[in-house]
Amino acid sequence: MALPYYVSPEQMMADKAEYAKKGIAKGRSIVAMECADGVLLVADNPSASLHKISEMYDRIAFAGAGKYNEFEMLRKAGIRHADLKGYTYSREDVAAKSLANAYSQTIGSIFSADPKPLEVELLVVEVGQAEKPNELYRISFDGSIIDERGVAVIGGKSEALMTFLKSRWTSASISLREALRLSVDALDTVTNQKLGPEVLEVAVLDRTRPGRTFRRIAPGELRVLLNSP
Amino acid sequence: MPLFLNDHGSSFYDFLVSRGQDLLRDAPQAGGHASASGPQIHSSVPAFPHGTTVLAIRFQDGVLMAGDRQATEGFQVSGRRIEKVFRTDAHSAVAIAGAAGPAIELARLFQVELEHYEKLEGDVLSCEGKANKLGQMVRGNLPMAFQGLVAIPLFAGYDLKRREGRIFKYDVTGGRYEETEYYATGSGGKDARDTMKQLYRRGLTEVQVLRIALEALYNAAEDDIGTGGPDLVRGIYPTVKFIAVDGLRDVEESQIAAACRTLIDERRERA
Repeated sequence: MALPYYVSPEQMMADKAEYAKKGIAKGRSIVAMECADGVLLVADNPSASLHKISEMYDRIAFAGAGKYNEFEMLRKAGIRHADLKGYTYSREDVAAKSLANAYSQTIGSIFSADPKPLEVELLVVEVGQAEKPNELYRISFDGSIIDERGVAVIGGKSEALMTFLKSRWTSASISLREALRLSVDALDTVTNQKLGPEVLEVAVLDRTRPGRTFRRIAPGELRVLLNSP
Repeated sequence: MPLFLNDHGSSFYDFLVSRGQDLLRDAPQAGGHASASGPQIHSSVPAFPHGTTVLAIRFQDGVLMAGDRQATEGFQVSGRRIEKVFRTDAHSAVAIAGAAGPAIELARLFQVELEHYEKLEGDVLSCEGKANKLGQMVRGNLPMAFQGLVAIPLFAGYDLKRREGRIFKYDVTGGRYEETEYYATGSGGKDARDTMKQLYRRGLTEVQVLRIALEALYNAAEDDIGTGGPDLVRGIYPTVKFIAVDGLRDVEESQIAAACRTLIDERRERA
């Protein structure tokens, strides 16, 4: 019987991480930003039907970067998790924290146990209600979970985007339009092109809406928001 | 709770069934046998609340759905303010009659079902699709129906493709039948239907259809002991929802109260 080659755990993890990072670096980026109206999500996405941003629950949204089939599977699993929890207990018991944790566990165990790691990065964001602050969680390919404040970025150009946004995003009291323009400016800068409404996927968790707060901003409305003075 | 990564399709109901967690099928094992003449409550099942009269009527802009507020337990009133008409999504509603417990659970599960599909697929189900799915869920309740826990919904929705309101009724086996004008179900359903048969015509306006609905519920309350009429002392009135192209809308209680008062005044003059 031939023995398998010995590979040290350090080497194996480093290889997997490099593989996953490479996959994610090829993908386009997504920005989540707190603003006065709630939480804004902007994705560089030329497809009008294959979404990267999705509604999860009443006050929770999801965004995925990297390999489409992988984050789509995770998106569906997340919605199942949220709906099951809301149906078993109550709608108010569904929280982004528990969803982000479930993602972190699942992605983490796949990273260490499966031969191929998931080439995905996820955002799980929840808009606060009354005094409760917004929550932005970023989950990496290895299951590590980062609790962000103000701005969160995933996808290929996330480091450059974060550098751009860190100095410019001032407070959560900026208007939806200001937040949108800042996000689009950031995406324009790191991709070195002018992204029009037809290649942007934009949605907002609108703090003021009762019940389901998730709302997509259609290209028509987006054009008005971006172009009006 | 772990994540369910395997593909379970787009139906929340089927997902629950596959997990063996279906609350609707976990029928309590009461020691009775189903009667051949139809579902009968076996003596070993203690009395439990029943919802009574609900109705739906088509009108020029869409469809109206209304219900009285009473729940009945044998010869006792078990609730005066219960809600029997449920919004299930932006363009549909379910009204329930029969065993209140499983019926309300069915409506709640159906709400989650529609929202779940919408989120997973990024698209809403067609009106017909919603009606079919509800039929499957009613059929899933069959074992409980044989034990006397009959929960029969009435479904009303606005069909965005056909641009009209639609009404579907069900039987205990999950059979689904479309009604083109109006329908009422529950213990006072027959009385409500008789009233609507007299008053219904095509192309009713919102004001006219509201009046017919209240008249039908009033007559049902008069002739059926289970159905509750407008309660002027406590200020309890039937609930009414309109479903039209721009979505589902609850009729203000003040508007229903005023319409009920007019109706009662007119009857008083006639008496």
